[in-house]
This record gives sequence, C-alpha cells and structure tokens, in this order.
Amino acid sequence: MTQSITQNHFELFDLPVQFSIDLDQLNQQFRKVQSEVHPDRFAAASGAERLKSMQLATQANEAYQTLKKPTSRARYLLQLHGIDTQEDSNTAMPGDFLMLQMEWREAMEEASDAHDIDALERLLTEMRKAARQFQQDLQQQLDENRAFEQASGTVRKLSFIDKVQADIEQTISKLEDA
Amino acid sequence: MAYSDKVLDHYENPRNVGTLDKNDPHVGTGMVGAPACGDVMKLQIKVNDSGIIEDAKFKTYGCGSAIASSSLVTEWLKGKSLDEAAQIKNSAIAEELALPPVKIHCSVLAEDAIKAAVADLQAKQSDKEVA
Repeated sequence: MTQSITQNHFELFDLPVQFSIDLDQLNQQFRKVQSEVHPDRFAAASGAERLKSMQLATQANEAYQTLKKPTSRARYLLQLHGIDTQEDSNTAMPGDFLMLQMEWREAMEEASDAHDIDALERLLTEMRKAARQFQQDLQQQLDENRAFEQASGTVRKLSFIDKVQADIEQTISKLEDA
Repeated sequence: MAYSDKVLDHYENPRNVGTLDKNDPHVGTGMVGAPACGDVMKLQIKVNDSGIIEDAKFKTYGCGSAIASSSLVTEWLKGKSLDEAAQIKNSAIAEELALPPVKIHCSVLAEDAIKAAVADLQAKQSDKEVA
C-alpha cells in the first residue's frame, strides 16, 4: 500500500488539490485504490496492515463520494483551506437569493398541485442552468482567484439549488407513478 | 420520524400564513434560509404607533418542523414589544414543539427570522427619525 491515511481526499487519488478535476481520472483512480486496499487482499497480513487497509478502503469510499459531486467537492476544498461553510448554523443569506428561492418553491408547488410535469421539467432545466453557473463561479473563485470567502457563499447557494433540484425530481417521479 | 402533536397541529392548521406590505413603514420583514436543508422562511411583523406588534405573518418552505416553528412564533409575537420579540429563544420554540435534536435547526431558523424582522423594522424607523 503506497497510500497513507494522512493524505487528503485529492492526494489519495493522485488528483490536483483544486475544484476542476477530471471525473474519468477520479473514477479510474477510485477503482485502482479500491482494488489495492481491498481488505480481501490483506486476509493473511498482520493486524496492523489489515486495519490500515480497512481504514483506507473506508476513506476511499468517502473521498470518492465527496469529490464526485461539485458542491461537496467545493465544500471539502474550503475545509482544507480552513473555511467552514456553516450550512447548518448560519441562516443569513442574500435577500434577493432567498426571494428567488421563495419564487422557485412557489412555482414548484403550483406545478405540483396542477400535476403539470412539463412545468416541473422546465423548472428542473432552470435549476440545472443555475447550478452550472454557480459551478463555473466556483471554478473561478477557487482555482483562479483563490477567493475562498466568496466561494463559501457560492457553496451555500449551490446547496439550496441541489435541494430544490432533488425535490423537483422527487415530485416528478411521484406524479409519474401516480 | 414521528412529529409531536403540537408540530402536527401547526403543520396541518398553520396560523398566520400570508404576506404584509413590505414597504409599509410599520412592517418589518425577515428572510432567512438554511443551506443544509434548503428551508426558506419569511417572517413579517407589523407594529402599532406604540411599538407593539399587532400582526405577524409568515411564509415558509421547508419541513413540518420549520413550518410549525414559524407558525408558533407568529402567535407568540402578537402583543409583544420589539425588545420582547428579540428575546425569543430557539430553545423555547424547540421545547414548546418538542422538537427532536435533528430538528433544532428549524427553531434556530425561526429565532433568526424574528431577529431579522426586528432589525429590518428598527432600520426603517431610524431612517425615518433621521429624515
């Protein structure tokens, strides 16, 4: 095992410590590390080696889940820079952004009540567009400008978009099943 | 997860849902959101000339506990002064609704919404005094 449990998630997969990563490379590296540290390969090894392989296998899973999605990848990167996005403790958000959240939630409720799947799909497209825009902002803020406080605000916004998107998808599948 | 009877009551029959005119100088608006769960809460208070809250309205998108927390505080706010309103603590909301630990952040959202509404109103009123 060349991996060590003191490596951060990016280092574990030989990826540059930045927001823009190659997802194919992430997938390949994950499979590689997974097979190298698989506990089955250490069945006959010493207790310490077995423990290390188990810890690495767990970290590899966690690292993969974290890095795969842009929002959690950015959140983790900020943590490495000592910044907590305070998504469960800080409730202050820009007023216009919250206003927009209200409008989206209202539009979603109306479309859901009217069983209007087309309207929900349109809303979903709008969410994906908004998410892409914020992800582009993150790339600039994190990788180019190193504007970490600003990036923290963007992660907080993306968190809302992710939730609305998941809720719309859930509503659509519920309506389709009905 | 099971909701307490009080949460269910406020969730099924929310009190004071609605909107007040945010441009009215007697109305304070507080908007807050919790990124972790995506909840958004708008709380508005209206004071009379003696500075007592005579009306409160809310609009919340979120889980049952977030809706119940905002519904409950609109009831509590009526008849209070701004200072008294700002004293309302999330722990009192959580206790009244018997919120489980994972839903405490909903009561925090309600407390922060009150503080934001009071601050908005105070800012409006100090502007008026200056003018």
